[in-house]
Amino acid sequence: MAKPKLALYWAASCGGCEVAVLDIEEKILDVAAHFEIVLWPCAMDFKYADVERMNDGDIDLCLFNGSIRTAENERLAKLLRKKSKVLVAFGSCAQEGCIPGLANLTTKEAIFRANYIDSPSTVNEKKILPQPETRVAEGTIEIPEFLDEVRALDQVVPVDYYIPGCPPQSVQIAAVMNVIIEGKPLPPPGTVLGAGDKTCCDECPRVRKEKKITRFYRPHEIIPNPDECLLDQGIICMGPATRNGCGGLCMKANLPCRGCYGLPPNTVDQGAKMLSALSSVIDSQDPAEIEQIVGQIADPIGTFYRFSLPHSLLRRVRV
Amino acid sequence: MKHIAIDPVTRLEGHGKIDIFLSDDGEVENCYFVIPELRGFEQFCVGRPVEEMPRITTRLCGVCPEAHHIASVKACDAVYHVEPPPTARKLRELLYHVFFAGDHTLHFYALGGPDFILGPDAPAAQRNILGVIGKVGVEVGKKVIRMRAHHSAIMELLGGKKVHQVTSIPGGVSKGLTEDERKSVEGRILEMVEFAKFTIKVFDDIVLKNKAYLDLITGNDYKQKIHSMGLVDQNKRLNFYDGKVRVVDTEGKEIALYTPDSYLEYVAEHVEPWTYLKFPYLKKIGWKGFSEGSDSGVYRATPLSRLNACEGLSTPLAQKEYERMFSTLGGKPVHATLATHWARVIELLYAAERALELVRDPEITGKEIRTIPTAVPTEGVGIVEAPRGTLTHHYATDERGLVRKVNLIVGTTNNHAAISMSIKKAAQGLIRKGVEVNEGVLNRIEMAFRAFDPCFGCATHTLGRIPLEIFVRDSSGTVLQQIMRE
Amino acid sequence: MAFEPRIVAFFCNWCSYSGADLAGVSRIKSPPNIRIVRVMCSGRVDPTFIMKALSLGADGVLIGGCHPGDCHYAEGNYKILRRMAMLKPVLKAFGIEEQRVRLEWISASEGEKFARVAKEFTEQIRSLGPLRRNGLPHPNAGVEKPAAVSAS
Repeated sequence: MAKPKLALYWAASCGGCEVAVLDIEEKILDVAAHFEIVLWPCAMDFKYADVERMNDGDIDLCLFNGSIRTAENERLAKLLRKKSKVLVAFGSCAQEGCIPGLANLTTKEAIFRANYIDSPSTVNEKKILPQPETRVAEGTIEIPEFLDEVRALDQVVPVDYYIPGCPPQSVQIAAVMNVIIEGKPLPPPGTVLGAGDKTCCDECPRVRKEKKITRFYRPHEIIPNPDECLLDQGIICMGPATRNGCGGLCMKANLPCRGCYGLPPNTVDQGAKMLSALSSVIDSQDPAEIEQIVGQIADPIGTFYRFSLPHSLLRRVRV
Repeated sequence: MKHIAIDPVTRLEGHGKIDIFLSDDGEVENCYFVIPELRGFEQFCVGRPVEEMPRITTRLCGVCPEAHHIASVKACDAVYHVEPPPTARKLRELLYHVFFAGDHTLHFYALGGPDFILGPDAPAAQRNILGVIGKVGVEVGKKVIRMRAHHSAIMELLGGKKVHQVTSIPGGVSKGLTEDERKSVEGRILEMVEFAKFTIKVFDDIVLKNKAYLDLITGNDYKQKIHSMGLVDQNKRLNFYDGKVRVVDTEGKEIALYTPDSYLEYVAEHVEPWTYLKFPYLKKIGWKGFSEGSDSGVYRATPLSRLNACEGLSTPLAQKEYERMFSTLGGKPVHATLATHWARVIELLYAAERALELVRDPEITGKEIRTIPTAVPTEGVGIVEAPRGTLTHHYATDERGLVRKVNLIVGTTNNHAAISMSIKKAAQGLIRKGVEVNEGVLNRIEMAFRAFDPCFGCATHTLGRIPLEIFVRDSSGTVLQQIMRE
Repeated sequence: MAFEPRIVAFFCNWCSYSGADLAGVSRIKSPPNIRIVRVMCSGRVDPTFIMKALSLGADGVLIGGCHPGDCHYAEGNYKILRRMAMLKPVLKAFGIEEQRVRLEWISASEGEKFARVAKEFTEQIRSLGPLRRNGLPHPNAGVEKPAAVSAS
């Protein structure tokens, strides 16, 4: 019987999700034994034409990481959706946009200007900008168009499952692959795999007490007590608004969570959730005092939406 | 004019393609190495608190996040005018050298190495880690995986996470090392040192003792007479973590030695409309186009250039290898691009030796790991050597420490022009009138860029073949010939 | 056709909703642009409601609660007070003018106040204009929910 076909593709990605897959170490041999890998541009033979030649649904499982930033990313998302039975948004970029999603706080024009014109090391008197098509002396060179906003995978095509994390922890990836290899039934579409169904606070070893915050600190401003909840100590931690599954690694390294495992269950907007959570722990009823305490938060939007901006309710800055 | 497009190039961090244009009589007119992606870090980081940058900029690259993490925190220290305590500095250095050794190991066995270990004309299906294992044994394959496991475990211990480390913050690190942890790390590093020595031996036995390979390395198709850049300490010895940037010209003469905060006087970037990536060049010479020689501003920033630019290595075994390489290849500087593979394994040994020194340093388990910044933040530059080249992070902030401006010159970016030229030279040497453009030719063109290790060490398990599909079209776009490598 | 502001309001049952009701019963004129959603307490208003309203077509959002100290549930209105303080800089970073989201204390007897606030707010939104949505449709428009997947 033919082996099920597996595809791994990366769109606007840093490569960390690919590395996380390889870091499942010996388990990768089980994966290679169980599947026929038909697409994996970082490591294997890959031709767009081959994928185009496949029948719809030929690919049994496609792990798609990276967000949709260029026209080529969008094209491949649509192509792989057609050719795949099961399409998984793999990692934070595909699930919610991740850190490059912060580009939705600015515009394509501003990005190009910063990079190619205003950059202090760049010498570009003619104000040349990259173009989708360039006529050179010998012919024409094409590059994919840079789109106006960053989108998550399910904002372009329907997605069957999500595996969150930046990157997803290898032990979680191995667990998911095991389920599939052992032929266990798949949960309902839309389920988040490889993660828990609580928040990060659930797997944080620190002791939580009742919170009454009168002052916020940035991580470099104090040396926190190693055993107490960081938010209790005034350090903004996205734990209450982030799904568990990573093992609480950052808090164990004495740093606050920044939200890379994405929305907790039953949440629509990660930033709104965090905003609400923080509001409940500010210890004041006086408007002026509240303003002053809130004013200590250095970068509300970039902290509450560090990983999830494209997938938030408001999605991007209004221009 | 015929147009050959190699799209996409694989085993490249991110996406890339090569456009080759042939004249009517089959000679290579020109060759373009195109980067078709951009994400915009330099703009979207504006407004972020600068202390978050070591956790944000790791997302530039999931293969070498450590390089960005450390360059970033050094820039942050400069922004805050703060000096981390010695233990913190050493912990960062230790993380960095373990990372370097792990990264170079991966490239050698999975990406660059196969070309030599199996031979450039070996069938594509064999030219990968599996072929390497077939040639040198399954035990070696397991060891490569084990080295990767050591690397990941130490990254999680010292950096908080295996990928996208978090522990470096302005003024220090967030987590120290206990004596028990130190012992276990030392055990891992000892294995890494042994494996580095073994790797040098593999390179010796399989590459250097093979005359055909030595000829390939020193041959003209892969020679580039351009300037060399690398970071050096106060004795002008190689240093990955800190020091001054030194540039030597095509004859080996020093033409620049600069501190991080003066980088703008020495390096500038050129823009072309056909690629999203810019082309750094030496500012004092100027952009003279894609040309070689002392009069051109093009330079390389690679393991080879680092060894050209320094005057030695600070660890004993690696220093011996450094001397041996240059005496074998006829003195400094060496311009043979394929010799980068040799330089890489020497750096691998240096990184492992240095990591061992650091893990045995009595201060490595110290309790003082943080200095709280007190000065008003302003502006700062952090430079490290990333495995793929000199990495520069430059931040300016407001008085609250929110980023106002970011400028980044990333490892592989330094080499964009050099890689383009290297591919062109190889293509011109290999594709000519009457010569069939076949699979072997394609691989030799790829070897021209693979030596630079264009930021992608991802392949512990590179299975299969490098995909290449070439369409030879006439000027109206009709396909005249299609060459596929399965 | 001239721009007619679309304003969503969240009014607490005990104070501001009753106040709006009073305005109605007293035949005090107020603009029809305000669609009121009744919640038991202004403390029920989650920032998600506000963002969702704005993302789906509202040009402004008005929240009505009891005066500080008078909340039927004692402290609910302080919650919305704190949330609004936290929400404002976030909305600003999204490029949404601060004036589009407004918190007012309106008691059950303040029918006049309701009408005045409704009129002022509507005119303010009218002068601000429609909330720009960058010409983009809702991102999930046209993307169907995935069909049930069989185990393979």
